[in-house]
Amino acid sequence: MEVCRKMVNMLGAERDLNFKETELCLGLPGSEPEVIIKATGKRGFLETVDLKLNLQSKEESMLTNASKEKNLLTSTKDPAKPLAKAQVVGWPPVRSYRKNMMAQNNNNNNNKSELERDQKAGGSSSSAAAALVKVCMDGAPYLRKVDLKMYKSYQELSDALAKMFSSFTMDGNYGAQGMIDFMNESKLMDLLNSSEYVPTYEDKDGDWMLVGDVPWQMFVDSCKRLRIMKGSEAIGLAPRAMEKYCKNHS
Amino acid sequence: MRKDRTGISQDDDRSPPADLRGAESSNKTRNCCGVGSVSGSTGPISMEFQAPCPDQVLENVLENVLQFLSSRRDRNAASLVCKSWWRVEALTRSDLYIGNCYSVSPRRAMSRFSRVQSVSIKGRPRFADFNLMPIDWGAHFTPWVTAMASAYPWLEKVYLKRMSVTDDDLALLAESFPSFKELVIVCCDGFSTSGLAIVASDCRQLKVLDLIESEVTDDDVDWIACFPESGATCLESLIFDCVECSINFDALESLVVRSPSLKKLRLNCNVSIGQLCRLIVRAPQLTHLGTGSYSSPDDAVPGEHASDLQSALSACKSLVCLSGFKEMLPDYLPAIYPVCANLTSLNFSYANIHSDQIISVIFHCHNLQVLWVLDSIRDEGLQAVASTCKDLRELRVFPLDARGDNEGPVSDVGLQAISEGCRKLRSILYFCQHMTNAAVIAMSRNCPDLEVFRLCIIALHSPDHVTGKPMDEGFGAIVMNCKKLTRLAVSGLLTDRAFGYIGKYGKLLRTLSVAFAGDSDMGLKYVLEGCPRLQKLEIRDSPFGDAALHSGLHHYYNMRFLWMSSCRLSPKGCQEIVRALPRLVVEVIKHDVAVCPDDTVDILYMYRSLEGPRDDAPKVVTILQ
Repeated sequence: MEVCRKMVNMLGAERDLNFKETELCLGLPGSEPEVIIKATGKRGFLETVDLKLNLQSKEESMLTNASKEKNLLTSTKDPAKPLAKAQVVGWPPVRSYRKNMMAQNNNNNNNKSELERDQKAGGSSSSAAAALVKVCMDGAPYLRKVDLKMYKSYQELSDALAKMFSSFTMDGNYGAQGMIDFMNESKLMDLLNSSEYVPTYEDKDGDWMLVGDVPWQMFVDSCKRLRIMKGSEAIGLAPRAMEKYCKNHS
Repeated sequence: MRKDRTGISQDDDRSPPADLRGAESSNKTRNCCGVGSVSGSTGPISMEFQAPCPDQVLENVLENVLQFLSSRRDRNAASLVCKSWWRVEALTRSDLYIGNCYSVSPRRAMSRFSRVQSVSIKGRPRFADFNLMPIDWGAHFTPWVTAMASAYPWLEKVYLKRMSVTDDDLALLAESFPSFKELVIVCCDGFSTSGLAIVASDCRQLKVLDLIESEVTDDDVDWIACFPESGATCLESLIFDCVECSINFDALESLVVRSPSLKKLRLNCNVSIGQLCRLIVRAPQLTHLGTGSYSSPDDAVPGEHASDLQSALSACKSLVCLSGFKEMLPDYLPAIYPVCANLTSLNFSYANIHSDQIISVIFHCHNLQVLWVLDSIRDEGLQAVASTCKDLRELRVFPLDARGDNEGPVSDVGLQAISEGCRKLRSILYFCQHMTNAAVIAMSRNCPDLEVFRLCIIALHSPDHVTGKPMDEGFGAIVMNCKKLTRLAVSGLLTDRAFGYIGKYGKLLRTLSVAFAGDSDMGLKYVLEGCPRLQKLEIRDSPFGDAALHSGLHHYYNMRFLWMSSCRLSPKGCQEIVRALPRLVVEVIKHDVAVCPDDTVDILYMYRSLEGPRDDAPKVVTILQ
């Protein structure tokens, strides 16, 4: 019943909930999200792109977000309800369109109070409206769109993109967390010289940047468009990325 | 053979019996006897005046007169007078209404009615909305649009409800009807934004594109940008609040600017308040506005757009209907105060806000006729409605949380207040946890104009929570006192007595919904024997069996459909119906959720049809023969 209700809540609140929560995995419940991800198979392209410097806080916020998700799930259920009510299909007679809307509403409201707490604690904030950006991949015939506000980290974004462009796989090892290490210039150059795919984005200034060189929230606020291109093409961006990096972190 | 027709009451979409089919002629040859007819061999083309024969005069006159007849019930009656009237009525009917897409085939409908400009088709029965029917049950638009493509090239309007519509269907529609003007799709599924894109780009005369409570797949097509880019459009109504796709705002704004006739605009959630402002400024002539999310997540200061929004709204002098508010930010609530006085319709049923906040809006809405809210309005809120909205005709109170507490936020107190304050009430849908007979009786006395009374007491088999008695007397009073009642939905603890009342007094009743009610077969018998106008009967989880089913044999040809799920029907009992009434299609549907023992029928769905068993039924459907 618990699982059923979870699923019902999940289906109703597409935007905010972390699908990883109910994804089947080999790891123990409560284990790190990353373990879960690896068990599900191939990745589309470069996993995450992140500054080493920010890694720590990102991991923390990822974990706290994950546990918040769990709280969210439990808080939206009413544990004391008799089973009989929950089992009657189609009762009360409310259309699923309305049910879904109200479930989303409930979750948004819960999110809002979570967010207020979050903001006080100085964590990253997200909000209800969409931050939709187009995503294109060199060589892919179709254009997709993602809502950046659905994700809380580069990791989550990369998972989603991997699912969308699943025909493109990546081999190669990018370290334990699969991150580009901007501090390590030679590693970066290796990547950019390869034929692997890297995600880039156009920011508010119209510049094309490598994804991952600014804190997540800043990225969400400034990203206008995403393009996944071959590393060798992105090489022209790297120096600018480095420049901006220096600017942002001096 | 006229046997079928005796005793059949007037109703919607009945076709004449088979014996009249031979008389139909969509070509206009008239049988004139003798006078003035020209044989082919006369030489010169001297046009002597030929006095038309009397029959032809009559038909011409009839044609001119019947043009003005718009009510389909009147037209159905006219078509029964004689063959001549039948023929002329068929030629002059421009609105074709198909209440059950399986009752008649497209070919048959189109060969009778040849000059149709507007088609309305309804598919699935209402209980399908609540997951009581398998998803792939049927109701496909494809055979209809395919037939119409050749039969009605001048088609202007299509209205669909509870049908499955594909993108190919929409493409065919856009391609086949150059004068196409209005597309209204309600509670349908099966199509995507690609289909919308084709309609937007190819239907150059499009005035109305209304998508209501339908499931539209988002395949990332920017359909808003597909409307013709230059020149004014004919758009009068654009409703897409159910389409969950991202919106190219620039394209939308440009479209609104190019649509000077636009009166109705209902946005989806992906339009922020800032954007909403900009749109309203462009379209102050709007009468109906759906505000989408009504949220502004990027506010540096909460409510920073409030004054812009307020002035934009104030400029809409013709605004009468507001809806949306799906992620409502209370900071923006006051922005609508200035327009409230002119509102006749307000849909707050997605606004999860506090009762006080709703009340603050209600106090400005003196002219409201239609109000949809969530039960978070609470009894106090309903009292505010009762004291302010003296003109209220329709009220719907939806449950915020279907599972609910033992003490629901609305109760008999709210219902009583409404009945005392809103005397002109015609239609009510009210979800609550418990109710009392007294409040329902009060409403039956205070609101004599009631035509639709739908009370949904969520707690199953719930008696009057004050007296502990069944809710029989309350519903009895409704059917007895509300002389105009045509639609009724019952709930709570009900015995056969309640159905006795319905059978005795519900003489105008056309639609009846029953759930978890009644004691025995007598209940259903009372209704089937007592309600001559009954057309749509939907029953779930009630103890009615084969004997009860049998008692309606005299009436089933008059009905659009009968639905019975999780009752006490057996396959044998249903088979007897088929034997007795060959023109009925009797579908027995296996549905896991109904959870019935093997020798009972999960779902019975039966309807009259001129076509016999359909050929597109999925495996779970057995059509008895």
